[in-house]
Amino acid sequence: MSSKDTPYAVLAEFANPADLMDAASEVNKAGYKHFDTYSPFPIHGMDDAMGLKPSKLGWIVLAHGIAGLLGGVALQVWSMDIAYPLHISGKPYLNFPAFVPVAFAVVILLASFGAFMGMFFLNRLPRLHQPIFNSDRIAKATDDGFFICIEATDPAFSEQQTSEFLKSIGATYIETIPE
Amino acid sequence: MSQNTATVPDERLVKGNHDFASITKLISDIPQEKTPLWWYIAFGISNILLAVMLAMVVWLVWEGIGVWGLNQPVGWAWDITNFVWWVGIGHAGTLISAILFLFRQGWRTAINRFAEAMTIFAVMCAGLFPAIHVGRLWTIYWIFPLPNSMQLWPNFNSPLLWDVFAVFTYLIVSTLFWYVGLVPDLATMRDKVKGKISKMVYGLFALGWTGGNRQWQNYEKAYMILAGLATPLVLSVHTIVSFDFAVSIIPGWHTTIFPPYFVAGAVFSGFAMVLSLMIITRKLYKLEDIMTVDHIEKMNIIILVTGTMVGFAYAMEFFIAWYGGVEYEKFAFINRAFGPYAWAYWIMITCNVVAPQFFWVKKFRRNIVLTFILSIVINIGMWFERFVIVVTSLAQDFLPSSWGYFSPTYVDVLTYVGTFGLFFTLFLLFMRFLPMISIAEIKGVMPQANPAYYRTQNGHSKKTD
Repeated sequence: MSSKDTPYAVLAEFANPADLMDAASEVNKAGYKHFDTYSPFPIHGMDDAMGLKPSKLGWIVLAHGIAGLLGGVALQVWSMDIAYPLHISGKPYLNFPAFVPVAFAVVILLASFGAFMGMFFLNRLPRLHQPIFNSDRIAKATDDGFFICIEATDPAFSEQQTSEFLKSIGATYIETIPE
Repeated sequence: MSQNTATVPDERLVKGNHDFASITKLISDIPQEKTPLWWYIAFGISNILLAVMLAMVVWLVWEGIGVWGLNQPVGWAWDITNFVWWVGIGHAGTLISAILFLFRQGWRTAINRFAEAMTIFAVMCAGLFPAIHVGRLWTIYWIFPLPNSMQLWPNFNSPLLWDVFAVFTYLIVSTLFWYVGLVPDLATMRDKVKGKISKMVYGLFALGWTGGNRQWQNYEKAYMILAGLATPLVLSVHTIVSFDFAVSIIPGWHTTIFPPYFVAGAVFSGFAMVLSLMIITRKLYKLEDIMTVDHIEKMNIIILVTGTMVGFAYAMEFFIAWYGGVEYEKFAFINRAFGPYAWAYWIMITCNVVAPQFFWVKKFRRNIVLTFILSIVINIGMWFERFVIVVTSLAQDFLPSSWGYFSPTYVDVLTYVGTFGLFFTLFLLFMRFLPMISIAEIKGVMPQANPAYYRTQNGHSKKTD
């Protein structure tokens, strides 16, 4: 932990999801960019209130799915027609209808890996420690607490003013989180 | 809203007077409290059964497939019956977690974690049988398309290979889906537990989850995509399992009705298994506020629907056997109902077609004791369904001179009983160490989770969120 005048962020607690959502849209309107809201469950409408762009995860999954399709077909074409052509009860070597189930399974498998790893990648996880855990209060965010955290990296951040601003939009508790 | 319309209010999904903190406490206290005595007893019994299973598998590998009751012509019997039965049970978990999610059925949140765990462990039990039925277990890796010194590749024309891909994909995707759902709850456990080591372990598996909305945004997207991927997958898995039979030319197997019929049967038996487990668990852990009688009733309706589909399929098989005019097919079905395995056939009909009829009556659907008994009966019935399909078709096929009869040996019986040891060992560990209900999702379906709840309560002007 470094000196007191470079905090990591200001944390503010709000009473319930509705207050949190209203506050998030105030923070967004005030021009803050490096902030996040913390809640024990996803709150519907929060993405719009915070002014977030839609998640890019769909594209990652699509790319994985296409790779799965190409890979699944290539595996079967190569092994059944090139590497080990085997005559089985008069069927053609390139028996595409028979390749559908395996190609399908590989598409699902790769797309699922894409969704799984893509989600953690976009969330910058896994991490052993997050600076926000320097606050003891934030543990409530996985229970029944609703928080907004504005980070010091935000150009509009000033410890004093940001704290007062958060108080003015209805925060019930304010804390400065050290770096 | 105009005056001549009215909405029927849904039953509240969470009963009792709960807020967010009490829900967290109710569920996250379970892994933290002192291990109850019944758990040790149940775990001990499960471990003994697991040991029995392992001993039987070792004996099978040592001595060979002859220790089972298999013969000519019955080369598939309890092994494949058990495989199909266990995979089928798994399907309910994915149906609850994926399909009901896509249909926005809020009530699924109470049971999805639980049912998904059941899926994973059931598929593990299922996977054992095809692996050991090959006899030479040490060459099982030949089923995978791996480069090898013989330059051999698997035959992608074979439904048996499709099955390998389908079941493995199913196991992996179910596990990923389950883990994604677990991460926010593991973070809750990390923040709740007192012990230093347990905090570290939960924290490690929670991967640094903070509950920030920038995380939730991607999380929700991932959850929806995984549900969307798991839905066609679960339908395809039992379809492909049914291809193991339907693509062959054995009378009684070679039917196009198999895929939908197998999927309906899988959901039918799986829901019965979820009910059996859930009725015991909600009692032992006092979770009646979350796993309510309304849940039981809804699940019983699904059992009634899928049970009726299965009954329809039984009738349709007979009709097509007659209508199709193939004498071997006709014989196969008459032989099922009146031949040497008639006892198994009528057990199947009684358990699967007659037993669920109770659920037409609302009072019976909401009767917990009756539901529990019927859920066991249905799973017995579904085991016999697979037995009837697998064994009767093989035992009497074309030439009477090559007919046979299958009787299980003690190894068959104990291997099957032993898989319950594997299943319950894993399930008890899950119940002991992980939050068995999705804490975050349960909170999300409570009225307090909706910002509009506060706006109307406080008399603020109603905003559109």
